[in-house]
Amino acid sequence: MKIPFVYNVRSVLQRPVSTALTALGIGLVVAVFVAMLALANGFAMALVGTGSADNVIVLRRGADNELSSGIGRDAISIISSFPHVALAADGHPLVSPETYVVINVPRVGADTLAIANVVARGVSDRAFEVRRNIVVTEGRRFQSGKSEICVGQKLVGRFQNTAVGQTMRFAGRDWTVVCHFTAAGSSFESEIWGENEQFQGVFRGNVFQSLTFRLKDPKGFAEARRALQDDQRIQVDAHEERAFYADQSQLLGSILRFLAVMVTSIMAVGAVFGAVNTMYAAVSSRTPEIAVLLTLGFQPRSVLVSFLAESAVIALIGGVIGCLLALPMNGVVTSTTNWASFSELAFAFQVTPQLLLEGLIFSIVMGVVGGFFPARRASKMPVVQALR
Amino acid sequence: MALVKLHNVNKSFQRETQTVEVFTDLSVDFAEGSFTALMGPSGSGKSTLLNLVAGLDKPTSGSVLVAGSEVTAMNASALAAWRARHIGFVFQSYNLLPVLTARQNVELPLLLTNLSKKERMERCGIALGVVGLDDRMDHYPRQLSGGQEQRVSIARAIVADPTLILLDEPTGQLDAKSSEEVLVLLQRLNTEFRKTIIMVTHDAHAAERAKTILHLDKGLLVEAEGALR
Amino acid sequence: MRFLPLVLANLGRHKRRTVLTIISVALALFLFASLRSVVTTLNSGAEVSSASRMVVQNASAIVFTLPQSYANRLKAVPHVKAVTWANWFGGKYGDGRKFFATFAIDPESYVAMYPEIAVPDSQKEAFFHERTSAIAGEGLMKTFGWKLGQNVTFQGTIFPGDWTFTIRGVYHPTTKAIGDDSFMFRYDYLYEKYPAQVTPGWFILQIDDPSAAPQVAKAIDDQFRNSPAPTKTGTEAAFTQGFATMWGNVSLLMNTIGMAVVFAILLVTANAMMMSQRERTSEVAVLKTVGFSNVMIFSLVIIEAAVISLVGAALGLLTAALLPKLAGFDTGGFLPGFHVTAGTAVIGAGVALLLTVASGLVPALGAARLPVVQALRRVE
Repeated sequence: MKIPFVYNVRSVLQRPVSTALTALGIGLVVAVFVAMLALANGFAMALVGTGSADNVIVLRRGADNELSSGIGRDAISIISSFPHVALAADGHPLVSPETYVVINVPRVGADTLAIANVVARGVSDRAFEVRRNIVVTEGRRFQSGKSEICVGQKLVGRFQNTAVGQTMRFAGRDWTVVCHFTAAGSSFESEIWGENEQFQGVFRGNVFQSLTFRLKDPKGFAEARRALQDDQRIQVDAHEERAFYADQSQLLGSILRFLAVMVTSIMAVGAVFGAVNTMYAAVSSRTPEIAVLLTLGFQPRSVLVSFLAESAVIALIGGVIGCLLALPMNGVVTSTTNWASFSELAFAFQVTPQLLLEGLIFSIVMGVVGGFFPARRASKMPVVQALR
Repeated sequence: MALVKLHNVNKSFQRETQTVEVFTDLSVDFAEGSFTALMGPSGSGKSTLLNLVAGLDKPTSGSVLVAGSEVTAMNASALAAWRARHIGFVFQSYNLLPVLTARQNVELPLLLTNLSKKERMERCGIALGVVGLDDRMDHYPRQLSGGQEQRVSIARAIVADPTLILLDEPTGQLDAKSSEEVLVLLQRLNTEFRKTIIMVTHDAHAAERAKTILHLDKGLLVEAEGALR
Repeated sequence: MRFLPLVLANLGRHKRRTVLTIISVALALFLFASLRSVVTTLNSGAEVSSASRMVVQNASAIVFTLPQSYANRLKAVPHVKAVTWANWFGGKYGDGRKFFATFAIDPESYVAMYPEIAVPDSQKEAFFHERTSAIAGEGLMKTFGWKLGQNVTFQGTIFPGDWTFTIRGVYHPTTKAIGDDSFMFRYDYLYEKYPAQVTPGWFILQIDDPSAAPQVAKAIDDQFRNSPAPTKTGTEAAFTQGFATMWGNVSLLMNTIGMAVVFAILLVTANAMMMSQRERTSEVAVLKTVGFSNVMIFSLVIIEAAVISLVGAALGLLTAALLPKLAGFDTGGFLPGFHVTAGTAVIGAGVALLLTVASGLVPALGAARLPVVQALRRVE
């Protein structure tokens, strides 16, 4: 027969301080776990969510990021005429040649030492079509020939002079901010966009950094890539756009995840030890009761389950506390430099329901692991000794 | 000569809303070298009396003079130091620290003195010898019988050569044989070593070993005939 | 201390509890020290830099280069005694998994500017005379198993193609904060292959008077403000620090986690201490009866907490300091010179002290204040 759970509940309430401390310890581990993975999630989502599955981004052969790439105009023309490139409604190829550069922009409020390398991307009108999910949230797109720029939503408010109507200064020129845009949370939201011709004029000369095009056949990437590679006139590498940006998150993403797992594992060991101590003390102090239960005829297994459940519940309470502590982090925007692209990337903590569930499960696991040996001792207690 | 003098001592305490009078205007003397058994029904205040003498508790009013010092006048830390020097106390049970050996337990009062390690060990050896347990010095309490534990407690009570030895139901948890060991020891301490002993007990047999028996009932002390010597 | 046997005996009462608690403290301090070391390493710019060196970079961003002609003009600025330059190469070696810094330097002037990068004279000579030679850090040599005189080939990313260098020098950094895993080759070799593209990435200046730094910075930046390549000049410390800030809020993150960790362990330790004390009320009563004063009882509990905290802390800090070396742990080239500083150790000790007091305070007070008579009633 099962030992009624109310016995455990009352016993737990009899030592409130011990229970609270143990639960809180586990709670903190869960909080750190959820928060750190939310950080890693947010980072991954910003990059993984960048780009479309049926777009191809072309860089110079050997370049592993847009910054170090260079593609000439003639190469752009050649690629644009490939049959693999989808056509827009007006019959022109759906291609977006782009200039990519990284500039120093001062943050709001930070001291002058703080550098942020923000991406400045030169685009043509086509870019807004090729790269889906770009939505202008305020203002209007920049006009051709003018010294105008659009600022990604994640930069607004965090960097100086980013409001619509304000003027940013870089490359020896003044640029008027004419719009803000979002890009479904992807890394484009941490960028400044302007007209190709304007940016090339001050930065890169006549060379583009990348060409992004839509595949006519969404499944035809392999073929397109081969065609681009075989063509002797150009020296390029083609990447699936989505995979390309996801790869850039590899290094920092795995560092963040590794850090998250390592830190919380170590913390978890400490918290589990706390639970072990608490449960052993509980078993010790309740020895006579356990003896009585066993004498009455409850199975040793029931005693084991009873104590395990007690430990698990204390841990679960801690897990809930931990989740509540980490929840406010959701949506908090932070930024770092993605070293793969050497540019500023802003992203938000993503506390997902799945993550919270994982946190709760983690807490229960800690409770069960911590409570196992004490529960076993309780169930194996020689009754005669206990009653003495 | 009176070693311990209680004069007009009143003790009462609060139990919930009621005030309970333990004793009123109690006056009693204990002579040096005496061996007194204190008896009485439970709740009569005999343990309380012992606590007052030991400076563990303060009377509501009145004076408690031990070896010329007014116990009621000392503050907590002074009392602690005074107790270390003058009192050896033995409880009914749980006297010994389970994590220490017999010798280390006996050593405890000496840690409060300036004696060197060598001197402390010597004294412990002597004290344990007196109680007849020098062959068990390095045993832990769990390895000793009830009677042996109590004897170690007595060794601890005498090791610092205190003015007074106080015992609260020392044989309460012991079987007949162990009780006998303890009581014989106490008698020896009193007759051979001239130790002043006050023992609280509810066991008439144990009480008979003392020189004087006092009955405490409803706050009043009545002397009765002592048995042996 | 004569009371130590008593304290140790008490700790030995529940060996398992004591050991588990000590390990918890050790783990917490290990984490704390490691996290903090990330922060100190990032901020070690000041350690690495010399007060008499300044860096001139392109004001638009570090990714833009400066004209070669600036070299002579910079030499002419008052207080500037020497000028050198470098260019970021950023190539890949092998499978490209191990990230390390690769840059092209102007040989004689750069090596002279950085005595902290200690290279034996004979190797310096080789480097000065051979165009395709390179200097590698001793850590890098160990990682890849390179030998002096070996040819190594890199894949260029910014400068496409295969680049073969001969390792003619191995440097040993004189301060821990400079990493031992950088790779430097000759600027003229880079220039020769891409004359149209290659110009200095940044200039480094030696000035004769550190206090003149602001003056020098202003003079240079004013001079080039309206040119196609405007400059941003600052002390070397500011330059290195700037890279640290690129990590963003990492410092805040590390410190926050560090605090959470310490707090969690504080709870575990406090719990253990309280449980122990709860089980010992009768013993405390006995000690007080024997004549131990309240202050003594208080101290004994605190000392007990202190033993746990200090032993745990020592274990944790030592592991944090030694583990990276022993395990060959590599921070992926991002944190050159990662190590546990003396400052971290001191703060770690302070944390241990805090743990002691915080975890021991409540049980110590409880024991000290335990009314003997009440406790005695429990005893009987």
